[in-house]
Amino acid sequence: MSDKALVRVEHLNVFFPVRGGLPFEKKKQVEAVCDMTFEIRQGETFGLIGESGCGKTTLANAILGMRPPTSGKVFFKGQDLYALKGKDFKALRRDMQMIFQDPLSSLNPRFDVLDIISEPMQIRGGFSEEEMEARTVELLEMVGLSKEDLHRHPSDFSGGQRQRIGIARAISLHPAFLVCDEPVSALDVSVHAQILNLLMRLQKELGMTYLFISHNLAVVKSICSHMIVMYLGKAMEWGPTDKIYKNPVHPYTRALLDAVLDIDVDNKKEKKLIQGELPSPIDPPKGCRFCTRCEYATEKCRTEAPPTVKVEPGHYCACHFAEGCVSEA
Amino acid sequence: MSTKNKCPFGKRVLKLLKGIAGIFIKIWKHPRGRVGLIILLVLAFCAVFAPLITRYDPYDVTARCEKGLRPSWEHPLGTTISTGQDIFSMLIYGARVSLAVGCITGLCIACLGCLMGILAGYVGGWVDTLIMRIVDVMLVIPTLPLTIVLTNLFGKSYFMIVFIFTLFGWVGLARVVRSQVLVIKNSNYIKAAELAGAGTWRIMTRHILPGVSHLVIMSTCLTSAGIMVAEAGLSFLGLGDPTAISWGKMLAEVQSGGAMLFGYWWWIAAPGIGIFLAVFSLMRIGMALEEIFNPRMKRVSSGYKLFKSLNSSYIQEVFDSMNDEDRPETDPGREGGQA
Ligand SMILES: Nc1ncnc2c1ncn2[C@@H]1O[C@H](COP(=O)(O)OP(=O)(O)OP(=O)(O)O)[C@@H](O)[C@H]1O
Ligand SMILES: [Mg+2]
Repeated sequence: MSDKALVRVEHLNVFFPVRGGLPFEKKKQVEAVCDMTFEIRQGETFGLIGESGCGKTTLANAILGMRPPTSGKVFFKGQDLYALKGKDFKALRRDMQMIFQDPLSSLNPRFDVLDIISEPMQIRGGFSEEEMEARTVELLEMVGLSKEDLHRHPSDFSGGQRQRIGIARAISLHPAFLVCDEPVSALDVSVHAQILNLLMRLQKELGMTYLFISHNLAVVKSICSHMIVMYLGKAMEWGPTDKIYKNPVHPYTRALLDAVLDIDVDNKKEKKLIQGELPSPIDPPKGCRFCTRCEYATEKCRTEAPPTVKVEPGHYCACHFAEGCVSEA
Repeated sequence: MSTKNKCPFGKRVLKLLKGIAGIFIKIWKHPRGRVGLIILLVLAFCAVFAPLITRYDPYDVTARCEKGLRPSWEHPLGTTISTGQDIFSMLIYGARVSLAVGCITGLCIACLGCLMGILAGYVGGWVDTLIMRIVDVMLVIPTLPLTIVLTNLFGKSYFMIVFIFTLFGWVGLARVVRSQVLVIKNSNYIKAAELAGAGTWRIMTRHILPGVSHLVIMSTCLTSAGIMVAEAGLSFLGLGDPTAISWGKMLAEVQSGGAMLFGYWWWIAAPGIGIFLAVFSLMRIGMALEEIFNPRMKRVSSGYKLFKSLNSSYIQEVFDSMNDEDRPETDPGREGGQA
């Protein structure tokens, strides 16, 4: 059961056309997600890590059927999501839900909590008014709010409470798969732990599978079993979380980890902080996408796309120099 | 179980009524809004119950012996000089036409503008392009000369006037609604509803329409006021329905009937005050509404508002400032792994 793939993504590309430009110029595009392939197994928490703007939300939207990909396939429960139409598509998608990055904009300011949380039930139909209210109260209590909040509006709540409402709505129809798109990044640090604990508890109680998007490595380390490090729309390194943390191979992963360790103490270890800015996803660097900021970059990196190197069983890395690390490790 | 289907609908109607009542209560609580509401209700009462208020038929031009009477208990505002119609009852019955034309046109504009704005914003693609091009063209057409031409071509009836004003009036509202729809369409709660399987119809009626309703209500009040003035202008120029009595038409008769000559100032003042009160009350309500919906606008002086609303750039401005407000605060809480 536990190693069955719930979600499979194959060579997924999502490009956005760029408006403007000169009439006869070659049409430019933002390569928001480029050639992503991975599997999320039933019951696990899958981490997706990357800097702001690297295409995490776009990838999540493509998986959820909200952003038709330029090419590639998404399989959910073994079915090709984008091959389905109309009713079948909706029926399959009902088992997926999302928790949004910005809790305020994910709640309609004109609705009260009852309306917000019971909306998925209203849409599916087959619930009476009383059933919906009872279920909403039950859900509110599950996420740590109370019955008194039923008729309040989103603006009356704090950020953390709003995210709890979003979570209650997402789990209202028992989804099998839940995408958590940086569920705490817009919140105060003091409530991070509460929300994360809530998510973990709900996962255990309801047996959901999570795709957990974050740019916080510490969080991913503590809750995810597998992860992908993404940079400018491409996967840099992927595999079981503990292996990646123990033996980071890609210079980008290493730099990210160093940046975290940096906060800890003034340990004598030499630091490799990432230099410079994230390049624009329009016209990404040829060859390896990280080459403009990589301290080891050579001519080869700038011109040739890196191969996928198997570092350990299940642990892969896209870097020209990963071979060296394999023997080193 | 039979209530399963009926109940939500009944409840939704109830909610809608509650919402409307809530708006009225809010206007009532707003000091300036209350003045407008009272005046408008009095005018509406007069219009609806006109036959109870005055016993003379304003259309009766046969009272030859009572021409040009001065105000008395019998005729509070006297009678006209040439035909002997009772001016007071003309004023009361005139409210029917003026208010009806103003409000019906306002409602038609609200419906059409709202529909076009939502279509352009929500459907997008070529529909959007088409509607926005039409809007661009409509904006540069000079309305008054065209209105004169069209009324001459198709006959001077109030149906025609409502039709023409609607035809040229929806553009501004459509633009405003469209931009608001675009904001709503990109918000995450629409995404959440779509994920849960909501169809286009549900998203339109449950999320988008309520999201633009405040803009539409407000603009209906303000445009109704503007239309009343415009209708008076047209009637004064003799382009209104020649068979109906409206305040604009009364003004035209003041001019042609020689009120100036005889110094019948009450005859001149009556329709003027009628128009003033109607427009004043609608503007008051409109402005109160917009302060209710958008407390930030309080700071702007009402003279400026009036100028802008005559300039028809006002609603856009209100909307712009709302937009800023809706934007979620950018929080500094983005402590990530990479500092
Ligand atoms: N609808 C769109 N049209 C054009 N470009 C888009 C669109 N949506 C996203 N992009 C571009 O795709 C890239 C990835 O955006 P995305 O929102 O997926 O980033 P993200 O990783 O979620 O960032 P963050 O951590 O800030 O949420 C960005 O460069 C963005 O400008
Ligand atoms: Mg994002």
